[in-house]
Amino acid sequence: MSKPEMNWAAIDADPRFQALHKKKLTFLWSLMIFSVVYYFLLPIGAAYFQDLYKIKVWGPVNVGILFALSEFIVAWTIAAVYAKRANREFDAMAAEIIKDAHNIK
Amino acid sequence: MNLKLIGGAAALAAVSSLAFAGTGAVADEFKWMTFAVFGAIIALTMYVTYWAARQTHSTSEFYAAGRSVTGVQNGWAIAGDYLSAASFLGIAGLISLYGYDGFMYSVGWLVAYITVLLVIAEPCRNIGKYTLGDILAFRNQPKASKTVAALSTITVSTFYLTAQMVGGGVLIKTLIGIDYYISVIGVGILMLTYVVFGGMKATTWVQIIKAVLLVTASILLVMFTWGQYGFSLPGFLQAVVDNPGVQKQVAKVIGDAALNMSPEELGQRFLEPGLFLKNPIDQISLGMALVLGTAGMPHILMRFFTVPTAQDARKSVIWAMAIIGGFYVLTLFLGMGAAINVGSANIAGLDKGGNMAAPLLAQYVGGGADSMLGNLFLAFVAAVAFATIVAVVAGLVLAAASAMAHDIYVGVIKGDHASPQEQVIAARVSSIIVGILAIYVGIAAEGQNVAHLVALAFAVAASSNLPAVFLTLYWKRANTYGIVTGMVVGAVTAIALVMISPNMTYPQAVIKDAKKVLEGEPMQPAKEAKPAVVASSFMCELFAMEGCVKSEPAKPASPEKAAKPGAAEKLAKLNEKLATLSDEKEIAAVKKDIAATEKAKSKAEADLKTFEGQTTSMAGLEKPFFLLKNPGLISIPLGFLCVIVFSLAFRDKRAEEMWDELYVRQNTGIHAEGASAH
Repeated sequence: MSKPEMNWAAIDADPRFQALHKKKLTFLWSLMIFSVVYYFLLPIGAAYFQDLYKIKVWGPVNVGILFALSEFIVAWTIAAVYAKRANREFDAMAAEIIKDAHNIK
Repeated sequence: MNLKLIGGAAALAAVSSLAFAGTGAVADEFKWMTFAVFGAIIALTMYVTYWAARQTHSTSEFYAAGRSVTGVQNGWAIAGDYLSAASFLGIAGLISLYGYDGFMYSVGWLVAYITVLLVIAEPCRNIGKYTLGDILAFRNQPKASKTVAALSTITVSTFYLTAQMVGGGVLIKTLIGIDYYISVIGVGILMLTYVVFGGMKATTWVQIIKAVLLVTASILLVMFTWGQYGFSLPGFLQAVVDNPGVQKQVAKVIGDAALNMSPEELGQRFLEPGLFLKNPIDQISLGMALVLGTAGMPHILMRFFTVPTAQDARKSVIWAMAIIGGFYVLTLFLGMGAAINVGSANIAGLDKGGNMAAPLLAQYVGGGADSMLGNLFLAFVAAVAFATIVAVVAGLVLAAASAMAHDIYVGVIKGDHASPQEQVIAARVSSIIVGILAIYVGIAAEGQNVAHLVALAFAVAASSNLPAVFLTLYWKRANTYGIVTGMVVGAVTAIALVMISPNMTYPQAVIKDAKKVLEGEPMQPAKEAKPAVVASSFMCELFAMEGCVKSEPAKPASPEKAAKPGAAEKLAKLNEKLATLSDEKEIAAVKKDIAATEKAKSKAEADLKTFEGQTTSMAGLEKPFFLLKNPGLISIPLGFLCVIVFSLAFRDKRAEEMWDELYVRQNTGIHAEGASAH
């Protein structure tokens, strides 16, 4: 293979890579934890807060149905938020590192 | 390779005389339409395969479609790979029979993709090549990690595959009455043709075609059913609540509790939780398996190697989430629409699990069972269901074959020294082996209860593949020892727990039920209401240990119940009644009752015969020891724990040295496998 040798340890230690790593990790973890908690609230609520789920808010539409529908909206929103940030910020930061990668010794 | 195909075709021809013997949801006079639609879809996919085959020469083309699939295309293909018949027909069916719970069940299948998007898709694209084994072998000892990865891939694929083959065979039989064996062999041969000749490119396009058909069919059906109510959510749901059939179905499900409820309350109950999913701990266990298992599914992981860059991988998950999520929202209307228009009782009459909800709704929308258009719609939905099974099976076979050929043969046996030609041949031969195995398993497992195998596949992926991939990508100290132990322990625990769970068949319970049907039930005295019982400890919720008090929901008071007659007695009475009737409608109703009773009787008799003298399940138990249906709650944390403990306990120099490279590359995509030039 004709791929040039890289000094991976040096790239890893580079402040630009460290900045990307920190930003990405905090962002990903917070989204991940939020989505998991929000998802498990649905079955837990269905089991232990049935009375809340039964409250009718819009004709026969009750809290439970709205909550279940909101799961879809939340999942799509998380995907959109991640994609926007990744497309705009993370990709640019990575491109910066890639451009310079062979010079980082 | 051709010999096998010819052999299969001969078998197909030999039994084709039986093909039209059975009866299904499609009436005989309209079957030609179903076959015409089937034919059109098969012709289209065959053309795609022919086109793909001409471009499939190298290994990268065979396994990864030359990494030339665009993000949007891959998003559709992921949806096509993921929306199995179980979700297309199964979830619509659950909603049509149990309302809210069916809808709640669908949520986890979408949320699962958040894990795929955030932590798996892009890093895997950046450091991987063709398989799960490639990702793990990046910094772990290659031969050891490829071996366990391949074993795990084959295990997961086989479970999923068996569920698809058996479920598909039964489904096609119920829909159009084609013999079970012919369906299984037919699905197998088609899928083999796509995979062996067209590799990943043909598989991708078959999945795209199927996803487009599925979404189109669903949108059309929802337009008709929801459109009647001016696309108003409360208007539509009010019709559900007011529907007498729905109210009756709820009364049937909740039993004694229905006695003090008004029809409106019964209808509204359909929109409230608790009709189907009763054990919250089991739901959390299933939720964990879905949310973490999807990201560890080898056939889903493999899809990310088909796009040119990590950005395209990201785009494909976003598209997949839009399609899959949108589809599940539509399912709410499909299921509820089937409940009001077709009737829960009619749906359950054809198939207990409710799989016929969507097809019957299609027939209704087109004008009913006797109309041309109704049957054309039904034919279309049946054909989509068929395409669904073939597309999902093709993806699974490709994943299992790549593990066998690329990880085991090329990686482990040949030590990564195989010529490009040799690799492609190995890939094709493995596909044929896996494909034939799939057909064999499909035939051997006829009549078995395989529905739990889908959940088991997800549980194994979540307990074995995901901890290994996740910790390899994100944890510096992870190494070969941890990965190998974690994967083996995670997978074995998941399988072992299912073996002792309520999913297995327990002969004593089956015999008891069969006797109830044949001999009837004695009179039951009135019972007072009972408050809910809480299990004596959390472990007692999970295991049937000695000294445990089992948790039980509150039970309302029930009045005295008359004795139920046995099947023979019931049949005699019904026949007597039939002789006295003159009204045609009543006669039809009684005839339906007689048919149902006869069916139940013959099933009970068959059960008694099958399980005669048996007292224990496959695992030697009289009743389940593990009380959850899904093992994820225990096996997933255990899988993670083993990777962590064994990584800390042993040192692996290579895993440490490769960390910097892996971490930089997974985040930046430097040196990622590029698209092949054309």
